[in-house]
Amino acid sequence: MSGVNRLPAPAGLLVDHDQPISFEFEGKRYKGLAGDCIASALAANDQWLISRSFKYHRPRGVLTMAGQDANVLVQLPTDPNVLADRYPITEGLRVHGQHYTGSLEKDRDAWIGTFAKFLPIGFYYKAFYKPKGAWQKWAPLIRRKAGLGVVDPTVDPGYYDKQYKFYDVVVIGGGPAGMQAAVTAAQAGAEVLLVDENPVLGGSLTYARFDIDEPNSEVTRQRLLAAIKASEHIEVMTDATCNGWFTDNWLAVIRGKRLYKVRAREVVLAAGVMEQPATFGNNDLPGVVLGSAAQRLIRLYGIRPGRRAVILTGNDDGYGVALDLAAVGIDVAAIVDMRSQSRSTPLVDAVREGGIKVILGHTVYEAIGTDRHIKAVMVSRIIRRGQCEDTGDVIDCDLLCVSVGYIPTYQLALHAGAKLHYDDESAMFSISDVPQHMRLAGSVNGIYDLDAVLADGRRAGWLAANALGLKWEREPLAPENTGASGRNFAWPIFPHPNGKDFVDYDEDLQVADIINATRDGYEDVQLVKRYSTVGMGPSQGRNSALTTARLVADAMGRTVAETGVTTARPPFAPERIAHCAGRSFYPERHSSMHHRHLEAGAQMLLAGVWLRPAYYGGKGERDRCMSEESLNVRNNVGLVDVSTLGGIEVRGPDAGEFMNRIYTFAYVKQQVGRGRYVVMTNEQGVVIDDGVACRFHEHLYYVTATTGGVDRVYQNMLRWNAQWRLNIDVGHVTNAWCGVNIAGPRSRDVLAKLCTDVDLSAQGFPYMGVREGRVAGIPARLLRVGFVGELGYEVHVPQHGGEALWDAMMEAGYAEGIKPFGIETQRLLRLEKGHIIIGQDTDAMSHPGEVHLAWAIARKKPFFVGGRSIQEIERRPFSRKLAGFVVNDLAAPIPQESHLVLRDNAMTGRVTSCYYSPTIGKPIGLAFMAPDQAVPGQTVSIRSTGGVLVRAEIVELPFYDPENKRQEM
Amino acid sequence: MPFGLLKYGLSKTYPAKHHFTPRKDLKKHYDVVIIGGGGHGAAIAYYLAKYHGITDIAILEKGYLGGGNTGRNTAVLRANYLTEEGVTFYRESLKLYRDLSNEFDYNIMWENRGQLTLATTDAAIGSFRWRAEVNKHLGVQSELIGRDEIRELVPLLNLGDGGRYPILGGLWHADGGTARHDAVVWGYAKGACERGVELHQLTEVTGLDVEHGRIKAVLTNRGTVQCGCAVQAVAGTSSLLAAMAGFKLPIHTYPLQAMVTQPYKPILDPLVSAPHVHVYIQQTSRGEFVIGGGSDPYPLYNTRSTLEMKESLCSAIQELFPFIGQMRLLRQWAGITDMTPDYSPIMGLSPVENYYLDAGWGTWGFKATPISGKTMAELIATGRVPDLIKPFGVDRFLRFEQVNEAGATAASH
Repeated sequence: MSGVNRLPAPAGLLVDHDQPISFEFEGKRYKGLAGDCIASALAANDQWLISRSFKYHRPRGVLTMAGQDANVLVQLPTDPNVLADRYPITEGLRVHGQHYTGSLEKDRDAWIGTFAKFLPIGFYYKAFYKPKGAWQKWAPLIRRKAGLGVVDPTVDPGYYDKQYKFYDVVVIGGGPAGMQAAVTAAQAGAEVLLVDENPVLGGSLTYARFDIDEPNSEVTRQRLLAAIKASEHIEVMTDATCNGWFTDNWLAVIRGKRLYKVRAREVVLAAGVMEQPATFGNNDLPGVVLGSAAQRLIRLYGIRPGRRAVILTGNDDGYGVALDLAAVGIDVAAIVDMRSQSRSTPLVDAVREGGIKVILGHTVYEAIGTDRHIKAVMVSRIIRRGQCEDTGDVIDCDLLCVSVGYIPTYQLALHAGAKLHYDDESAMFSISDVPQHMRLAGSVNGIYDLDAVLADGRRAGWLAANALGLKWEREPLAPENTGASGRNFAWPIFPHPNGKDFVDYDEDLQVADIINATRDGYEDVQLVKRYSTVGMGPSQGRNSALTTARLVADAMGRTVAETGVTTARPPFAPERIAHCAGRSFYPERHSSMHHRHLEAGAQMLLAGVWLRPAYYGGKGERDRCMSEESLNVRNNVGLVDVSTLGGIEVRGPDAGEFMNRIYTFAYVKQQVGRGRYVVMTNEQGVVIDDGVACRFHEHLYYVTATTGGVDRVYQNMLRWNAQWRLNIDVGHVTNAWCGVNIAGPRSRDVLAKLCTDVDLSAQGFPYMGVREGRVAGIPARLLRVGFVGELGYEVHVPQHGGEALWDAMMEAGYAEGIKPFGIETQRLLRLEKGHIIIGQDTDAMSHPGEVHLAWAIARKKPFFVGGRSIQEIERRPFSRKLAGFVVNDLAAPIPQESHLVLRDNAMTGRVTSCYYSPTIGKPIGLAFMAPDQAVPGQTVSIRSTGGVLVRAEIVELPFYDPENKRQEM
Repeated sequence: MPFGLLKYGLSKTYPAKHHFTPRKDLKKHYDVVIIGGGGHGAAIAYYLAKYHGITDIAILEKGYLGGGNTGRNTAVLRANYLTEEGVTFYRESLKLYRDLSNEFDYNIMWENRGQLTLATTDAAIGSFRWRAEVNKHLGVQSELIGRDEIRELVPLLNLGDGGRYPILGGLWHADGGTARHDAVVWGYAKGACERGVELHQLTEVTGLDVEHGRIKAVLTNRGTVQCGCAVQAVAGTSSLLAAMAGFKLPIHTYPLQAMVTQPYKPILDPLVSAPHVHVYIQQTSRGEFVIGGGSDPYPLYNTRSTLEMKESLCSAIQELFPFIGQMRLLRQWAGITDMTPDYSPIMGLSPVENYYLDAGWGTWGFKATPISGKTMAELIATGRVPDLIKPFGVDRFLRFEQVNEAGATAASH
C-alpha cells in the first residue's frame, strides 16, 4: 500500500499498484505509485500542505487537481514553480514546498497574514515613499519577499526542439465531445489531430459522474477509444497542451521537450470547463477542494481524499460527489446546499435514499482548521443573496468539497477573438463570436448532459469536415437538452467579517480587496485587475475571474455582462522559455578563405553576421601588427579578404537608367569595362551606402555594396523598381562571389604571374577599369580600385574558388614579400587616403555635402532617390562638416572614435575615425565639427580618453598621396 | 510598518477615497479637451491644473484610464539617448520621475536600478562611446564599460565566450531604472481630478469639428463638447486622430510585443538590453521577468500576439541567460507604437491653430511622461512652445531638421 489514503487495487485509472515509487518531499521520504503526480502521491500519504501563499504565507494545498491553480506550485532542485498536480513522480525525485522562511510547516513569514488589515488593497501605492527617497530603501526589503520559487542560475535547460505539423482538423480536448468530434470528422475523410493534456483520453469520462449509473462513462469512453483506434485518419497526442491560438489557426502545442507548431484548417475546441470555488471564510485551507478535484483523486489516482466530508454545493453535481465519496467509504457528514429547495432528480434522490444529510438554504460560513488543515466547518443559514447568519452549527470534517458552478475553458477561444458573454438567468459565462474555422463542442459550449455532449461533438466534427468540403451524412441536429440549467449557483459568495474569504488564491485577495478597489475609483474590471493584481498570478484568473466579475458588477451597479473579464493572452498554461526558444539559430557567416585566416593567426572580429580578420598576430599586438601590415602594403604588397562585400547584379535594357535613379552619380554613359563610384541616399538625402558599379556589358552592372548594408540596398532596389517598372532584373549575388584585394606597388607583378589573359599594363587596364579574365585558372572579375590608396586590384571569383585563389596569391607573391592584412589595417590605410566608411564616418543624418561626397552627385540628371532633399538641404547653411585632423602632440592620448569635438565647452561634433598612422608619423582622424572649425590650419579641441583635451590641427584630405600617383601608377 | 498604513488597520471601515472623477455627464464646454487618458494625457491635465490654474479640463478616454500603451509598456526609464535635444529632454523627465511619489502622495515605485546595454561589435562600442560622451557632457550618467565591470554588475550574464556573440563591452547607464507604469498614470489622474479636472472613461472621440483652421468642438460617443482648445495624446492612433483634424503625420504604426514569466525569487537587479539579438529584460518587484524586443516587422493597428515574436524573444534571452530557459512564461501581450522617421516624438503646434500634438511616441513614450506633460501644459497655457520641445515640432520634417535617435532606440526601449 502506497500511503494511508490509497484505495486498494485496481482503484485509480492512472496509477499502477504494482510499481511503487519513492520520492522526497521536504526532506521526508514518501511512497507513491507509477502514474501518480506529486500532489496525488502526497495526498495518498495524508500530506495536504503543499505550499505557502504569495502575500500572507497561508498554508495551501490541492484545490483543482487539474493544474489550474497556484496553490500546488512546488520547488524541484533545479525547477521552481512546478505544478504538483500535473508533474509525475519519479524514483528519487526531491520536492520541496516553496516561498517560506524556515520550514513549510512552520513558516516564519506567516505573521504577515495577521497584519492583513494593515495591508489594504494597493498598500504599496499608499506608503513606503516618505520621506523622499524612502522607496529606494524599502524596495529591496519588499523585493526579498517577492517571487515564488528559487531559480538555479547554473542549470542548463538542455535540448528542446520544434516540429511543424499540418492537419485538416485539430480537436483540442480529448473528452467525450472532442473524441466524438474527432471520430466524426475522420469518418468524413478529414485528417485529424486530437490533442489532450492528460495521459489518457476521456476527459470528464475518466473522473466525473454523469448519472447514478456510473459504469456508463467508462463504456462510452471505451467505445470512443475503439473508434479512434480503428480510424486511420486520427492522430492522438496525449500529455500535450495546446497553449496558444495564433492568427489563421496557428497552434502552439507542447509535449515533452518539443514545441509543435500546428496549422489547422479547422479547429474544434472541446476544452471543457473549469469548476469554480466558493467564497467564504478560510476557503483556502488545505482540505477545501473542488468537488471535481475529489473525484479526480478517487478515480484517477485511487485516493480516498478524507475520512469525514462535508459537501458545499449549489447544484446537483455536489450530490454526485457525495455518492462518489460514500462509495469509497468516506463518511459524508452533510451536503450543505445553498439552494433553498432541491428538485427531485435521480442524483438527489439517490443521495436521499443513501441517508446522507442534506441541509438546504445554508452555506459554509467559515472553514475551521489547525494551522495546516481543515478540521470542521461552521454552517449557517442564508438570509439573502450573499449574506448568511454569523452563527451556525459546527460540523467536524477533514474534507470540504465545493461544487457551485463552472466557467468554460475560454482561453484559446479568446486568443482567437471570441468574447465571453454572461447570462444572468443561468449565472454562466458562455463563449460568443467564435471566429471562422473554429467550433466549440461539449461543455465549453455550455452543454453538460452526456448524450448532448456527444451529439454536440458529432455536430462540431461534421461542421468542420463540411467546411472542408467533405460531405458525409446529414447535418446532425444541435442537442436539445443541454443540461446547463442549474449548474451555476448565482451567488456563491459569502464575505466573512474577518476576511480570509479569498477571491484570488494566487494573490491572496479577499472580497473586501476587490470591492475597496472599486471604492478607490478603480471601477473598470481592467483597472481592478491592475490595482489589486487580481488575475495576474500564475493561474491567470482561472479561479477568480467569475467571482471578480460578479463582485465588481455588484459594487458598480452594472451587469456582469457589462463588467466582463480581463483579456486572455497566450500561453494557456505556463510554458518554459526553452520550449519557445527551441534550438536557437544564430548562424555565423564565414568567407571561403576563413580557415586560411585562422591558420595565419588572425584575430577575428564580428561584422554583422560575418567573422572577418581584424589583423594577423597575437591578441595584444594590434598596434604593432597594423603598423607592419600597413607599411607592407605601402612598400610591397598586401592581400585582404573582401568576400563579405555585398554584390548585386543589375541586368536588362534599362539597367543604366535604373542605376541613374537609385544612385547619386551618372551611369548611362559609363563605358563598358569601367567602374564608377556609387553613393546611395534615402528619401531624406541621407547617405546610406556606397560601392563601385562595374559595367561589364551594356545591360549588366555588377555593383558592390557595404558588408552590412547590402541587404538593405537590395530591398531598396526591389522596392523602388516595384514602382518604376524598369525593364531590369536585380540579383543579390553576394553569396555567389568571394574575393580579395591585392594592393601595393608590387601588386601588378604578383597578379601578372597568375593572370595572363588580361592586359595588366597601366594603359591596358587603367585605374577604375574592370575586366573579366582568369586568375590562377579561376574565372574572375577584376576591379582596379584604390580604396587603400595604392596600386591594387580586387579579384572576385566564384565562391568555390576562394581558398584556391588565396593560396595562389600568397604563393605567387612570396618573392615580393606578400602578407595578408586585416580589416583594421584596411581601415587605417583608407583613412590615410581620406576615404570614408559609410556607417562609421556617417550617421543617420549625413548628407553627401557634409562628408565630402558632393562630387559624386550628378547634378544634371532629372531624378535620383534623395535628390530633391539634397537640393533643399544644400540651400541651407551646413550645421556641421566632416574634416581631417592630425594630432601633433605625440604625448597626448590618441582620440578614439566618438570622442567629442568642443568649442568653449559646447559640443560641435565628434571623432568618427582615428588611428596612429605609421606612414604619416602621427595620429590622424576624421571628425564632424562646426563648418567654421573645419578649415585647414585651424585647431580644434577634442575631449579624449580620461577627459583630457587634445589639440587637433585641421588638414586637407587626403593625408596620403594627394596627387593620387600611387593608385594610378 | 509605515505610518501611512496605520489608518487602514485601525479604522473599522475601509477609508476609501475615490481617486478619480465619478461617472457623470459631459459638460457642454471645456476650456481644454485632452484626447487620451493615458500617462501623457493625465500628466498634461495635472500640470495645467497645478502650475497654470487651468482646471476646466476634460480628459476623454475611449477605454479605461491608462489602458493603452501606458499599461502595456515595459516601464524602462532611461535618458541615455544620442542627440543633445533628446538627452536633455529625457534627462529632465527622469528628474521629475524621482520626485513624483511625494508630489502625488502616491507611490509610483521609482527604482534606480541602472540599465546596461550590451555590445558585441566594435561598431556598437563606437556608438556606445558616442552616447556615453554626449550623456556625460549633458550631465547624464553613462559609461562605456568592459567585460569585468559587466561581470560584476550582472554576474549571471553569459558573456558569450566561445559562443556566437562574445560580449565586448556595454553602456552602463547608472541613472536608468523603472517605475510602476500604472501608478504613474493613476497618480497624475488622481492629482488632476483632485484639482477639478474631469476624467471621462469609455468616451471615444468620433470626430473633430474644425472650422477656418481652428478646432471648435470634439465629437464623442457620448455627445459633442465645445472646447477652447484640444490636445491629442493618443499613442498608437496618433495619425488617425490627426486625420480627423484634417492633416497628416509622418508616422508608421507597428505593434510591439512583450512577455512575462511567473514570479521567481529576485536574482536580477539592473535592466539589461542586448540590441544584437533584439531583446531586453528586467525582473519586476513581484519577481517576474519582463522580456521585450523590437517592433513587429510590418505596420498594423492590432494588439494580437504572435508565436514568432515569442520564439525569437525566447531564443534571444536564453542566449544571454541560459538558465532562463527553465523559467515559465505566463503571458505575452502587445502595444502599438507610432514610429517617426527619426525616432523622436512629434510635439507642439499643429496645422490647426488651437489643436496641439503630443504624438509619435514610438517606444519612448513612457519615459517621457512627466516632461511631456509639463511642457505641453506650458504650451497650452502660454501659447509659447517651451525651448525643451522646440526641436520636436512637426515642421522639422519640412526643414530637414530631424532629431535622429535611431542609434539609441533599437531594442532598448
